Amino acid sequence: MSYESLKNDSDIRWSELNSGNIPWIRVSDAMCCGSSLGSEEIVQTIKGFSKKHNISLNIDTVGCHGICYAGTIIDVLLEDKPRMFWGYVTIENVEEIIDSYINKNKIIKKNLLGSLGDQIIKGVPRFSDLPGIQYQNRIALRNSGNIAFNDIHQYIANGGFLGLNKALSSMSSEEVINEVKNSGLRGRGGAAFPTGVKWSFMANSKGKKYILCNCEEGDPGAFNDKGILESDPFTLIEGMIIAGFATNSTNGYVFIRHGHEGPIIRTEEAIKQAYENGLLGENILGSGFSFDIEVSLTGDSYVAGEETALMESIEGKSSRPRSRPPFPAAYGVWGKPSTINNVKSLSYVAEIIRNGSDWFKSTGTESSSGTAIVCLSGDISNPGMYEVEMGLSIGDVIEKLGGGIPNGRKLKMLQTGGPLGGVLGSDSLKVKIDFDEMAKAGAILGSGGIIVVDDRTCAVDLTKSLVAFCQYESCGKCFPCRLGMTHLLEIVEKISKGEGVIEDLALMNKIGKNMQAGSLCGHGQLGYNPISSALKHFQKDFEECMSGDCPTGSCKKRNIVFPINTRPNAWQVKSGQVYQGKIRQVVNDRK
Amino acid sequence: MLKDYKDEYILNIIENQHYTTRTILSSLLAVQDEIGYLPKNSVNVVAEFMKVSTNDVWGVASFYLNFRFDPPGKYNLEICWGPSCHIGGASDLQQTALKKLDLENQGDTKDGKFSLKFNTCLGACPQAPLISVNHKLYGKMNTKKLSKMMDELN
Ligand SMILES: Cc1cc2nc3c(=O)[nH]c(=O)nc-3n(C[C@H](O)[C@H](O)[C@H](O)COP(=O)(O)O)c2cc1C
Ligand code: SF4
Ligand code: FES
Ligand code: FES
Repeated sequence: MSYESLKNDSDIRWSELNSGNIPWIRVSDAMCCGSSLGSEEIVQTIKGFSKKHNISLNIDTVGCHGICYAGTIIDVLLEDKPRMFWGYVTIENVEEIIDSYINKNKIIKKNLLGSLGDQIIKGVPRFSDLPGIQYQNRIALRNSGNIAFNDIHQYIANGGFLGLNKALSSMSSEEVINEVKNSGLRGRGGAAFPTGVKWSFMANSKGKKYILCNCEEGDPGAFNDKGILESDPFTLIEGMIIAGFATNSTNGYVFIRHGHEGPIIRTEEAIKQAYENGLLGENILGSGFSFDIEVSLTGDSYVAGEETALMESIEGKSSRPRSRPPFPAAYGVWGKPSTINNVKSLSYVAEIIRNGSDWFKSTGTESSSGTAIVCLSGDISNPGMYEVEMGLSIGDVIEKLGGGIPNGRKLKMLQTGGPLGGVLGSDSLKVKIDFDEMAKAGAILGSGGIIVVDDRTCAVDLTKSLVAFCQYESCGKCFPCRLGMTHLLEIVEKISKGEGVIEDLALMNKIGKNMQAGSLCGHGQLGYNPISSALKHFQKDFEECMSGDCPTGSCKKRNIVFPINTRPNAWQVKSGQVYQGKIRQVVNDRK
Repeated sequence: MLKDYKDEYILNIIENQHYTTRTILSSLLAVQDEIGYLPKNSVNVVAEFMKVSTNDVWGVASFYLNFRFDPPGKYNLEICWGPSCHIGGASDLQQTALKKLDLENQGDTKDGKFSLKFNTCLGACPQAPLISVNHKLYGKMNTKKLSKMMDELN
């Protein structure tokens, strides 16, 4: 099928939906704002309503609007009316909301978020004026909340696959790479490496080659990769195909942790629909370029997100990192050249190609083009998944989008970029959301998670939880990390119990330095970050805890139980011993 | 209760797994998805199917922390202890569940009703603290709600 005929079909369906002839109800159904709050049951209730009143409805499940705090969010479009949004919807209030609006033309004011469209209705605020919407600048998430995540035609009607069509019909692979290079797009998976440059490493080798999309997303506090896959998986698929074309690759894998059903099922559905419409497989859109994509699942292992461990996991082995060189661009998955990109990085690509690199570069800052998808959680009034322009200050994100810290409490710490990213103090509000500015301040933007912590939490308490995470997730391949993290956790736990001594600080520093120098992958190399950053800003907390008079006392109040890292060094165990011997013990602990 | 599963039954699961790229890991995930854990002989069946040693398979099965080697409880209760949930009160949820289930750490109850697991991030941090029951998420949890939920699960 040609792109034009696809687009025509899709446009017809889209305008049909938008006419509101049949009332169109969209329900936010991502983990962050819907399915953790019962959106599934809400959809069922709406269907029941439709049946009971014998009214036909178009009901779509859509992605996240960013304002997760107001979940579940529904909006209703009626003929000649603007879209009307309600938040905090539950199975208890949903029927009343739609019944009044559809049947009685009455707008229930409680939990009304606003309207969206040209028409202004008296007494109804504009949805786009909500701070959590107004201050967003959505590129990767442009469709999220507006289109059904499981309907490729809605994606196409909104400009989907225009970028791919442009690349395939009028650009060479080299031109695509140059366009991405010029856009200044940097990797959103942690290391902020320029995406176009990464692609160019692999461009010239021949034969089977792989594009690997990393959605392991094990960082607690980050949910934007899963958020994209749940809200608009087509954006990722299109970006991956373009990446495949740019690097002359043949295959792609979307790498997701098992058990996250939302992202997995929706990505699979998107891949299926792309195949059905000639956008994947042989001879895509008649261009002669062929590309296949498959989902690959991993088990529970944070380190599987590290690029070489990811390749091991796709090959079905334990996700322990490989030594480099050889680098993935030369020797990747199955020994073939491979490029690993984060979900977010790839999700910008379609829009960059469609609108040109200058357009992308004009957003954001000199060193960090585009937007950041900030996952805001913790002690914050309005937690959410906000896509904001790079260069906005952390303070603005917290105050303007996040609505500040509830109950008049004071900001104490920020935890950014996942556990390895460490913590920032309350003096960091002026720091700009920008890869280099954040690095200068001693933190990383990484995957975009920002956990806000108020003054009820002691720095030792938070640090302990971060260190416990790093210890729990060490893959065990190299001893500086495996033993170092365990030792660090012991010391932090000791300090939190009030049994620490001042010499512990120097000891931790020594262990941390060794880990940094001697670990094979970023997990061990950065594993001391949570402690070093906490000490930089909050040494006082550590000292107070040592002397036994911690002002907040949160560590003692929060009696947290950490699970045990039972990953064995499997090569020490012979298969015959497994059921009776050593592993049996480990396995018993694990249950 | 450890039940015996015939080799053929397990082989059938592996041969019919969903993904076309078949590996040790994908096969083990398929078995656990179907049966709920990895029966003793499944390791050998996977080894034979993948033409690798049982040692290779054990290496993978013991590495990923989601694999279990005996049947799970009827309810798979997960409590998130990631930092967003931690500051939101995850430890109280842990203590409530541990006390109710008479456990000291994650694990199974003797009556086979609950498998308790602590998760590093359930992926919906804005609704912290979170738990999940048989993979369904429940946000904005508190000890009262959790207690009640657990009581209502039969
Ligand atoms: C321990 C560890 C865990 C990682 N986890 C992830 C992850 O979950 N998702 C991700 O995209 N990158 C992760 N990374 C970074 C990847 O190694 C890699 O740099 C990234 O996927 C490249 O994509 P990008 O260039 O688009 O940023 C991790 C790195 C380390 C050291
Ligand atoms: S640094 Fe840690 S996570 Fe990385 S390879 Fe070594 S033991 Fe594994
Ligand atoms: S040691 Fe944790 S409260 Fe101070
Ligand atoms: S930290 Fe608990 S859901 Fe993310």
